Amino acid sequence: MRLALLGGVYSNHHALAATLADLARRGADAALCLGDLGGFGPHPDRSVELLRDAGIPMLRGNYDDSVGHDRGDCACGYTDPRDQHFAQVSYDYTAARTSPDHKAWMRALPEQQRFEVAGRRVLLCHGSPRRVNEFLWDSACSDAFLEWLCDAHAADLIACAHTGIHWHRALPSGRHVVNAGAIGRPANDGRTDVWYALLELDGAVRVGFVPVAYDHEALAREMEAEQLPPEFVETIRTGWWTTCLENLPARERSRGRY
Amino acid sequence: MAVPTPPPTATSCPAPAAPARFPVQPLLHLDALWIQVAGTLCNLACTHCFISCGPGDERHALMGRAEVRARVAEALALGVKEFYFTGGEPFLHPEMEEILEDTLAHGPCTVLTNGTLFTRHRIAELRCVGDGARYSLELRVSLDGLGAAEHDRFRGAGSFARTIEGLRALEEGGLLPIVTLTRTTDEDPLASTKRALEALRALGLTRPRVKTLPLFQLGRESRRTRGYAATETLAGLSCGCFDPTRLQCGSCRAVTARGVYVCPLLVEEPGGRMGDRLAEALGPFELEHGACYTCWVTGMTCANG
Repeated sequence: MRLALLGGVYSNHHALAATLADLARRGADAALCLGDLGGFGPHPDRSVELLRDAGIPMLRGNYDDSVGHDRGDCACGYTDPRDQHFAQVSYDYTAARTSPDHKAWMRALPEQQRFEVAGRRVLLCHGSPRRVNEFLWDSACSDAFLEWLCDAHAADLIACAHTGIHWHRALPSGRHVVNAGAIGRPANDGRTDVWYALLELDGAVRVGFVPVAYDHEALAREMEAEQLPPEFVETIRTGWWTTCLENLPARERSRGRY
Repeated sequence: MAVPTPPPTATSCPAPAAPARFPVQPLLHLDALWIQVAGTLCNLACTHCFISCGPGDERHALMGRAEVRARVAEALALGVKEFYFTGGEPFLHPEMEEILEDTLAHGPCTVLTNGTLFTRHRIAELRCVGDGARYSLELRVSLDGLGAAEHDRFRGAGSFARTIEGLRALEEGGLLPIVTLTRTTDEDPLASTKRALEALRALGLTRPRVKTLPLFQLGRESRRTRGYAATETLAGLSCGCFDPTRLQCGSCRAVTARGVYVCPLLVEEPGGRMGDRLAEALGPFELEHGACYTCWVTGMTCANG
């Protein structure tokens, strides 16, 4: 089985369209989005409509939960005032421009999904199996902890997103944890591409990450026209994160520019 | 501890109300193991130190490299996510770099330091250990004020200048330290972080990271100002108000050369010790300490996140 996993869309409808086209070319038996449709980018309803029209199943990320329920902030829990400021700008813009129908749809989305492929128990979630807004960074999770997560949640493969940076760990037990990253924001690697995960689940598990080039300049211009913060636009044009930096561990942070 | 109330008899006055019970915190999972590797040995004797560490203080001895390895193995068997090294001052430990190298093979590590002992050689070594590891190495440097007058009041003359020099050297060495700022006023945490970030940039740090912590009325701080008042207690907090995910003792334990403790704050408090081995210290903990009240009210965690 070939399974495509898409991380946060963050209202980047240009990247979502390019990812869907890439998926159609490569072919996958199933595709799922692991949550967080809104935030950061322009015109949030455009991404929701693209995804709903494509019939891609979707999990409820913390952003979808917050926007769907009008909770007032994104629930990322920033304590850095600059991160908190930009997170609020992003949330307020998105919540005000997401239609009531899409909010109702978001509220009804499942938080997790489980299925079995070739005898492997697969668990899909947004942040972690135990908390929708937990950040699972590659450099900050011991093998022992990931093994425990698999045990505690009865899974042989856990897939998550939420952090925006993709990674895969083949654990000593033969189980796997995959973070699909994000298709709405570059991976803080100085490239303008976004990334999704493509998993082969027959026999041995194979996990690949696919870079997707898209018309990032068109997105950047739309963001400027919507008067979204220049800091967000800079990320789209350079591939370096300028905000939401607080939770990055030293390893992931030192790879970036800010 | 609550005392059972005898059943009322027909002739007695109404029984006095039972003493208010404390909420009980379960360990949900061992996310963080705190390792008090330097015991109570420190090159400074800060006037607010919650465990009263200082030069020559060996109430909790240094932990040997083999002892740390054994504790790390115990924690890994329980699925620990990350390790924190503290003291005292961890960089007084003669084997600190080797201990970090050992532990970073198994999980992410954070070292809490006063930042006054960083030579260029040590920073180059730490960079080498960090770069060669699978996991993140975090260095957390404590500040008690954003200027010499405020900081040195707690830590001794000249310590602010040495710590800032240490922070600059860490950044130049490619390590991105987290500055842990003790909130010595009632300032709002967000405002306090904002002020700290601005001040650190003005001091020449280009990518400052800041975490703020409240003061605990423990150890030397209880003598400098005051201990906990009787009203600063979680006694009687109703079950409906209690959120077991709020406190760090739901996800951590601390080890010193003297045993396993509920958290890194209560290693000198009666009742804080939970056993000799981690496996014996996984039970619930009654939140009867003044420090539990501070954690509850502020929602603080000693962890990075």
